[in-house]
Amino acid sequence: MDQFLLIALNGLTLAAVYFLVASGLTLIFGLMRVISMAHGMSYLLGGYIGYEIVRQTGNWILGALGAAIAVGLLGLFIHQVLIRRFQDDDMRVALVTLGISLIGTDLMLAVFGGTATQVPIPKDFQIGLDLPVIGQYPLIRLLILAVAIVVGVGLTLFINKTRFGSIVRAGVDDSQMTSATGVNVRLVFGLIFLLGSALAAFAGVVGGTLFPLLPGQDGSYLLFSLVVVIVGGMGSVPGAAIGAVLVGLVSQFALVYAPTYSLVLTFALMVIVLAVRPQGILGRAS
Amino acid sequence: MRSIWEDPLTTQRDESGRFQVTNLNVYYGRVHALQDVSFSMGREPLGMIGRNGMGKTTLVKAIAGFLPARSGSIEFEGHDIVGRQPHQITRAGIGYVPQGRRVFPSLTVHEHLTMVGAKKTARWNVAAIYDLFPRLADRKKNGGGELSGGEQQMLAIGRALLSNPRLLVMDEPSEGLAPAIVDHLAEVLRSVVKEGQSVLLIEQNLRFATELCDRILVMVNGRVAADLTAQEIASNPDVQNKYLGVV
Repeated sequence: MDQFLLIALNGLTLAAVYFLVASGLTLIFGLMRVISMAHGMSYLLGGYIGYEIVRQTGNWILGALGAAIAVGLLGLFIHQVLIRRFQDDDMRVALVTLGISLIGTDLMLAVFGGTATQVPIPKDFQIGLDLPVIGQYPLIRLLILAVAIVVGVGLTLFINKTRFGSIVRAGVDDSQMTSATGVNVRLVFGLIFLLGSALAAFAGVVGGTLFPLLPGQDGSYLLFSLVVVIVGGMGSVPGAAIGAVLVGLVSQFALVYAPTYSLVLTFALMVIVLAVRPQGILGRAS
Repeated sequence: MRSIWEDPLTTQRDESGRFQVTNLNVYYGRVHALQDVSFSMGREPLGMIGRNGMGKTTLVKAIAGFLPARSGSIEFEGHDIVGRQPHQITRAGIGYVPQGRRVFPSLTVHEHLTMVGAKKTARWNVAAIYDLFPRLADRKKNGGGELSGGEQQMLAIGRALLSNPRLLVMDEPSEGLAPAIVDHLAEVLRSVVKEGQSVLLIEQNLRFATELCDRILVMVNGRVAADLTAQEIASNPDVQNKYLGVV
């Protein structure tokens, strides 16, 4: 029983990282329909930048913020200079961002090397918390779970309750008509791309704190966040949360009970969901 | 101190060229959809009628900045707006009600109105739109896709008014609506026009157009073929047949 709960908690905290990466992708890919293959690169780059800042200043929050801002601005630049002109041509956008991703990850390999690094955390947080039934559990994992919940709630309110959120949804429905109401849609989409990239970078710092940062992770996190966004339903933040929890739990339980099939089962989850609900769990049929 | 020899500030200034389209040529793909279109208007409401496929919607899309012009100019209050982005044209004072309404399915009625960001002190703010169309106030929380055609049209007009345009361009607002709703819309729009709102109305429904506008242009094959008074056209079945008849 306690092992079962421990795996569930591990799955949930892994889901927190998946959700943070996927929440950025649900804005960029789910909402704006820009097929960005550079999302995994944003994750890894964010992790490395966060690692450098934390190593030099010893301040984790500064590292997370610095990584989010730097990668967010890079995302804005990529969107305005490279993606915007092909906005309606999915294949080109996919190829351009794939190219950016390949170049970016190779540059990171040159700069940060191929060995695993991990974002350090202050000593005060390297403790366990006594939980009922389970016993000791790392405090940092629980904190990250809380951060993911705060980000998810904040993002949902931002999209659904603010004027800027209305403009974003209108722009996704009909960008030309949104422009005719006096909104600079290109700028709005650029800002959403900035936010999505910043979330990926933030997730990189969070993920790099729990797990080692390694070359190649860009690909696996891109893949997992695509699965999360598609399973949860395109463009839905609560959907991404549900998708992340499902993917996190399935992969953790599979790792313990059927380790050989862990990856297969994760994708089987996607196949089953799409067979039953092609638009994803909280997606709207178009 | 202003000298009496100077132009008065507003009232008697000649405004007949306030909105002026000159030799406008627009291509829709390979089709030469607008051919040397020229006309001008002042503050008075101006109607434009014509059969399907005569270039009316192309003209409106060119004005709104949705379609590029090959040559010619569109001047509003002395500024050429050709080649500007749609949002720049809206900010320059031209409001746009598109054909087919184009409301946003993901937004509620209220969100449509608040997203425009009209100032509370402006003539057209969210409360004023609900006063103009009480039906919209009843459906505040409904999504854009859940509205009837008439409600969608009210919403599209309200959305355009909220940018407090100095010229409101409407593309076939009566299209596909029940006669009773068309009458209601005409009545509401007349009150808006009476207040001094400048309007360019594209229509196929002649009665609707003549109820709002005293001056009507007729568009045939991408050209402005006639410039008539509402009376000339309403009282003359031959003219109507020539420009609007199905044959």
